[in-house]
Formats: sequence, structure tokens, C-alpha cells
Amino acid sequence: MTLLRHTSKEIKDRSALTINPAKTCQPVGAMYAALGIHGCLPHSHGSQGCCSYHRSMLTRHYKEPVYAGTSSFTEGASVFGGQANLLQAFQNIFEIYDPDVVAVHSTCLSETIGDDMPQIADKAVKEGKVPEGKVVVTASTPSYVGSHVTGFANMVQGMVKGLATKKDKKNGKINVIPGFVEPSDMGEIKRLCKLMDVPIILFPDTDGVLNGPLTGKHKMFPDGGVTVEELRDTANSMGTLALGEWGSSLAAKYLDSTHKVPCQILGLPLGLTATDSFIDALRKMAGKSVPAEISFERGQLVDVMKDYHQYLYRRKVALAGDPDQLIALTEFLVSLDMIPAHIVTGTPGKKFEERIREITKDVPYKVNVKVEGDMFMLHQWIKNDPVDLLIGNTYMKYIARDEDIPLVRHGLPILDRVGHQYFPTVGYKGGLRLLEKILDAILTRKDRDDPETSFELAL
Amino acid sequence: MPTKKAMTPAEVKEEILRRYPTKVARKRDKQFLVHEGPEAMQTKDIQANVRTIPGIITQRGCTYAGCKGVILGPTRDIVNITHGPIGCGFYSWLTRRNQTDASAPDAANYMTYCFSTDMTEHDIVFGGMNKLRQAVQEAYDLFKPRAIAIFSTCPVGLIGDDVHAVAREMKEKLNAIDPNHKVNIFAFSCEGYKGVSQSAGHHIANNQIFTHVVGEEMKRPEGKYLINMLGEYNIGGDAFEIERILDKCGITLNSSFSGNSTYEQFARAGVADLNCVMCHRSINYVADMMETKWGIPWIKVNFIGAKSTAKSLRKIAQYFGDKQLIDRVEEVIAEEMKNVDATLADVKPRTTGKTAMLFVGGSRAHHYQDLFKELGMRSIGAGYEFAHRDDYEGRRVIPDIKVDADSRNIEELHIEQDPANYNPRKTDEELKQLEAAGFEFKEYAGLIPDMDKDTLIIDDINSWETEKLIEIMKPDIFCAGIKEKYAVEKLGVPLKQLHNYDMGGPYAGFKGAMNYYLEIDRLVNSKIWSYLEAPWDKEPELSATYVG
Repeated sequence: MTLLRHTSKEIKDRSALTINPAKTCQPVGAMYAALGIHGCLPHSHGSQGCCSYHRSMLTRHYKEPVYAGTSSFTEGASVFGGQANLLQAFQNIFEIYDPDVVAVHSTCLSETIGDDMPQIADKAVKEGKVPEGKVVVTASTPSYVGSHVTGFANMVQGMVKGLATKKDKKNGKINVIPGFVEPSDMGEIKRLCKLMDVPIILFPDTDGVLNGPLTGKHKMFPDGGVTVEELRDTANSMGTLALGEWGSSLAAKYLDSTHKVPCQILGLPLGLTATDSFIDALRKMAGKSVPAEISFERGQLVDVMKDYHQYLYRRKVALAGDPDQLIALTEFLVSLDMIPAHIVTGTPGKKFEERIREITKDVPYKVNVKVEGDMFMLHQWIKNDPVDLLIGNTYMKYIARDEDIPLVRHGLPILDRVGHQYFPTVGYKGGLRLLEKILDAILTRKDRDDPETSFELAL
Repeated sequence: MPTKKAMTPAEVKEEILRRYPTKVARKRDKQFLVHEGPEAMQTKDIQANVRTIPGIITQRGCTYAGCKGVILGPTRDIVNITHGPIGCGFYSWLTRRNQTDASAPDAANYMTYCFSTDMTEHDIVFGGMNKLRQAVQEAYDLFKPRAIAIFSTCPVGLIGDDVHAVAREMKEKLNAIDPNHKVNIFAFSCEGYKGVSQSAGHHIANNQIFTHVVGEEMKRPEGKYLINMLGEYNIGGDAFEIERILDKCGITLNSSFSGNSTYEQFARAGVADLNCVMCHRSINYVADMMETKWGIPWIKVNFIGAKSTAKSLRKIAQYFGDKQLIDRVEEVIAEEMKNVDATLADVKPRTTGKTAMLFVGGSRAHHYQDLFKELGMRSIGAGYEFAHRDDYEGRRVIPDIKVDADSRNIEELHIEQDPANYNPRKTDEELKQLEAAGFEFKEYAGLIPDMDKDTLIIDDINSWETEKLIEIMKPDIFCAGIKEKYAVEKLGVPLKQLHNYDMGGPYAGFKGAMNYYLEIDRLVNSKIWSYLEAPWDKEPELSATYVG
């Protein structure tokens, strides 16, 4: 009995029907980004269901509280506009929950009717619905454009658009935009920068927000997150390192063009070579030398890559996920001499395929790439040309079970395993963890499948 | 430290409402009742099924979620296409735990799939009907399903896409192509903003399923006692357990709305002898319409709790009035209760005297109190996420419920007797006799009469109220959903999810009751809650020092 029994091997072109998407909509990415501001309540300007769905998805993924307000549109608001709802929401939120910041994002409903959120936010300030010292930031995140990654990028840009304030003096810091990664990854980026002795402003920063402790004392707004003060100060940094073009370049370019903070756009620092690029760029931008600890960690990763190379060499992998993640993962797989055979993202952007082609140009295989593809398509490719390993979110476990292929969970959402909140996949340490997971999957399968005569003790 | 005097329920309410701006407090005041005893509650109204206040962190979802996610989601052989941007389809993809048994080799099962038109800016500007037509065509070409359903999301209503016209047109077109393969295609105008909660979506789903599917097949299947189970969604296998018990008693399940269901079950629902309503809120519309059209009476049942299960089985047997069935039901109850009692004897000493609060979607906030009662636990607060007044106060108040702008939005179907198939299952005489023997048709007394004096009844509870209640009243367990789970547990109180059962279950029927007893024992007596403080938090002062 298969779970995806209606997925045929024969591939028919589809132009209108998406089946088993490899993306979701903008607002959930915006909500996640907003949670990376200290003392922030994200607010969804639309129907209740959007907010409920986004909170549920993030809650399932993190197993942590996720608070967010909603404008609770009904038919009336949809016809007459949502201004009255949003004004009322501001007043209630500040009075009842008392956050430092409310980060409003739109939905397909409020975008279709054309609500002007910045204007409504100004009106709220003028009418005294936003108390002294409190802040509202907004981002336009129509669900019918791009994907959750676009929403993340728009909200991160919204933060600096709304807050970055130029002063006469530079602050001696570097802005680091970590991209659409996990709280654990953001924590790892902070650790690496500390080791490098580079003072940074990391935004957004969900570390300490979505991986908090259990103490019996609950804070609606945990200690983590980038502060409003820091966000204001981003205009005065020496430079910006944007990690992951899809998730981080909008905000970096905004700071560059508006406040003359020079930016450099890199890939996500996931895997050996991408982490090398990040450390190298950080070194040059800050004018610091790389400490021995970091070189040591790098060497450990290289060592394990060498030790277990025989089990990785020319193993085929199918991947689905977000562009920035997939680009870095593909680069990592290629550096391990693995074959990223089938790659699908639902997030639009022609550049993605170009980047993947570039990274895989020497791979001895005709790599399948589909931009704005879906998991149904990926599954059909796998049926026609099987692989040894899958990398993707929890939804891929249906393909994994049907086709009996091991799955390494990576991306959003991961609904059935713990780890991503606490253990990074970025940096050299993260690379080691990811490599361990890949090897575990491959070697566990080998142990299961090897005949008794050649069942090995040492691998 | 002297313990503070416990607050009275009225003081708790006052303390919670004090935080609100005046307008909000005024509105919440009507949705927040202190139970003053059965007599006094006869004259107390609760406000329900009204808009959530913007900015308030509510438990509620939207109309689309109620229609596509709740009612149609559990049916395995309908291709459900979400017409809209990608999000709504994505979030309702496998996120409710409706189990289905598609083990027959040729059984269709689309529940693991998410189908969406993934509308983009171009579709919003120029209209999405062509894309929808093409999507229906592609779904048909790929799967040749028995039925295709189309669900509207927010922008669809705003840009004026006529989903019903597309459904009609494609149905005609595709049935003409291949007369040997019949496909039914219908649509739902269940845009998220259509109502104040999921409830509007339930109603819309009921209406369309009734209009387009129910009654399509009027051939009676095998089975002496034929019932429909309405408002049971097979979360964690509940429906499997109910079916097991019904089978054992010799009662045939004709159709289920909609746990473990198929299109065919909806189509033949009109031939049953009796409709049994589990979730009063989500499905009473269909029960009423079937009664009007075909003369099928409906009764309220509850299979949550061993005693409630026994009571519901007896009710069904009494309805049929057949001695053989009545005796068989007693045999089954006696046999099943042996195991139930043994489990309860083990668990009950560890749960007795503890307190629970239940704030969940529809009927579960009521049904699950029966299980807590069996465990010797008190339910000290309860409420619904998307109920109407009758779910709290009983159906007697239906005539007095004010129709407001939001409820007027949802179409009320005008149903007439079906001249060909109207067939009252019981004569007036028989009905009178049953009623004289204490049998209640079409009756649901609601949640309030089953709750004790000095408990709290709160409609559309929000995060502020939830956290304050826990802080002040310290229940031993709190029942709600995924969005509330971790916030409540951070406060040191276990939360049992009654939407998805925390991946446990089944909790319905006799086996389900036993599962639930053990689960609650696990939660309220877990060691975890003793580890919240580190040793140095308990005794921060140093008594000696090793530092030289």
C-alpha cells in the first residue's frame, strides 16, 4: 500500500495545477522574520485563518509558542477596507500585550483590496494608538507573489526601512543578515563572529526566541531577538554581509543605497566552501585575522569528508526546498563528490537554475532542475531515475516511504523530528552535523541491505 | 508564606477583564460567564459566533479552514483543489489527523496530496477562471477521479472568479468526453473572510455537499440497522473504534460525515434509518436537511467516554426497538466495560480530585468532560472556539438567536420533501412512544447544563485569558490546540491537544477511553514538571564556600 499511489511514472506537462508544493506563501516568512525582533508581536493584516495557519506551522516546526495578532477581516472589512480593523488592532495590542514593536505584514486579501499599511500605521501614530516609544514596522507581502522566502526578505527589508537611522558617526559594527535559517544557525553565526572578534548586528535573530527553555516562568516576549536600537543603528555600520541572496539581499541593498552601508551578498554559509567564503568575507570586511579555533573546526570537517568519502562518492541525491538552502546544499554535495540529481524549488527566480548549473557543471550527470516545480514532479523524476538519498522537509517522508529511500530532513517545515532548533547546519560545526546526518542515513541503509556474508563491523 | 485566599470565579473574571480597553471588556463580558448553578443559568445568555476583536490573539481560524480542512478534508477519494495563492492549500495539507483506510488495492486516496491553482499576480489582475478550468482538466487527465471539489480562498471572491460556473462547465464537458466515467464537480464559496470563524465554512460545506452529492444514490445497502455518523472526523482513528463497536453490535454504518469517508458514502446518506450527530456544531445543518427531505430523524450521540458510548449505543438500540439488538448491545457493553473498568481502577486513584480546563473548537470541549468525570477529575472551565449559542445553552435557544450581518452571509437552503423518496422512518405514534420513554430527537442541551456551579464558560478564549486563567486557577491539565500548547506548557501545565490528540488516540469508544485514561495519567503525573527549577534556583544562598 503506497501513500502517493496516484503519482505515475509517466510525466505529463502541467501548466495550471500545482501538486504537493515545494513552497508556501509570503506571510509565514514575514511572521518568522518578525519573531527575530526583540519584544515584537507580528501582526497579520487579513483573515484570521492566515494568522492561524502561520502560527500553527511555525509552532509545529519549533515546538515553541508563536504569538501573532490578526486584523480578523470579515466580509465588511473586505469590502470597505481594513483600516478600521488595523487601527483597532494597534490599540488593543499595545494595551493588552504591550510589545515594543508590532510588525505588520499583509496577506493576499488586504493586498487585493489595496490597503495602504504604512498610511494606516501613520494614522495610528497620529491618533495616539501607538504609545510613546513603541514602534510599528510594515511589509507588503502578497501571497500571490513569490513564496515564504520572499515574505521573509520583505519583512527584513521592512525592519531597516522603518527603523534604520543615520547618525554622523560609524558604529564600528558589521550588519549580518543570516538569511532564512534556523535559530540555531543564527546562534552559530553569532558564535563565529565572536570568535573572529567582529562586533555585529545580526538581524533578524530568532535565537533565544524560538528555542527557549522550560522553567515554569513564561515570557510572552523572550530575551532573544535583535533590538529596536540595534535596527536603528544598522544605518551606521561599516558594511553588511547578506547571507543568501533570496532571503537577505533586499535589506542589504536598501541599506547600501539609502544609507551608504556597502553590502556584500554571499550564499548561506552551509557546507565547507560556502562557510569558507563567509569567513573570508568577514575577515576582509572587518580587517581581522581568522583565529586558530576556526581553522581547527574547518580542519575537522575536512578530515571527516576525507574519512568517509568512499560512502559518499557518486551517490545520487534528490532535493526540494528553498533557493538559498538548495544552492548551498548543492555546493556541499558537489564538494563531497555526490551527485545532486534532481532539484526542485517552488520559489520563483530564473537565477536559481543558472546558479545550480554553474555549481554542477562538472558533475558527471545531467542534473534535473525545476524552478517553480513541485514535489509531485520531483517524485516522478525519482520514479524514472532512482536516487540514494532525499534531502528536504517533512513532506518528503511520503516519497521516502513509498520509494524506500532514506531522507535527511532539512528546511521548512520539519514537523516530526527535533534538532533544527538547537543544532545548526551552518558553519563548519553545522557542516559536520549535516555530514553526520547524511552518513547516518546512507550507512544505516547499507547495514540494513548488506547481505549477511558481507555485513561489516567497521565502516 | 501565607497562602493567598483563592479568588472566587467572579473575581477571576474581573481580574482578567480589567486589562482590556473599555470596548473590548464590554464585549468579552458577554462571552465570559460564571456558572451560577442550573437554575440561574436558565436565564443567562452567552454571546457566541460573533466577530473576534482585531488584535486579540485568538484560537480561531477561517471559513476556508472549516470548509476544506474540517468537513471535506477527511474524504479520501475527492480531488480537492484549492483555488488561490499557494498558502491555503499548503497549510491544509495533511495537517489534520484524519485517518483513512484506503487499504483496498484499487481504492483512491488523494488525502496525501495537496492540489492548488497557485494563483499569481497575473491571475489576480486578469482573473483566475482560465487557470482553474485548466487545473480541473489536468486533475481529471491525471487521476480520473470520482469527484473534484473546488475551494475558494480570499482573493477569489474579491476578483469575482465564478468558481461555480467553472465547476458546472467542466462537469458537463468532462462527462461528455467519457460517458463511461462519471465525474462530479462542485465548488465552495468558502473565502476566509466569509464568516467569523471556521463555523461559516462548516455550514457552506454542508450546503454544497447536500446540494451536489447527498441523495445521488438511493439504493439501500445491506444491513438491518443502517445509521449515518455525522460530525466524526476520525482523528487518531476514532471512527475506526466506533465502527468496530457498531459492527460488533450488528449496526451498519451507512455513511460517515466525514471521517474515513468516501464520495459514495455521501451520495447514499439519504437511505439511512437514523442520523447520529457527534459534533453538533459542524454538521447539524445536514442532519436537519436530511430529516426534512427524506424523513430521517436525528439524535445527538457522544462516543467520547465509556459511559457516554454505552449510553449512545443504548439510545440507538432503543430507537430501533428490536429486542435482539437491545440484548446484543448490552452484551457488548458488558464485555467491553470489563477492560475499561480494570484500566480505570488502576488509573483513577492517581487522577481523582485533579482539575481540567477545555477550550477547543466545537463539541470536544463538551464531550471530553465525560472522560474527565470518569477519571474523577473536575472540569473547572470550558468553552468553544467557533460555537453558536445553542452549543452552550441548548437548541431551545435557536429561535431567539439574533441573525447578524455575519450570519446572514451564509446561505440557508430551503429544503422540501423529496416526493419520490420521502419516507418517515417512524410513524408519529412510534415517535411519541419513544419520546414518552424519555427519548429525545433533534435535541442537544448544550454544554452549560453539564457544568458545575462556580465553573467558567468562555467563548472564543484568547491567549491573554488563557495565561491568566492558568496563573490564577492552576488547573492540572489544559486542553486546547497546537497554537496554545507550548505557551501553556511553558507555564508548567501540561496541555492535551484535542484537535490532533498529540498524535495519540483513538480516544472514542471503549478502547479510546482506556487510551485516554492512560494518557491523562501520563500527563498529570509526569516527572517532567518536577525538573523546572535547577537546584541553585531552589537554594540560591551559598551555605559554605570552597573558594580559598
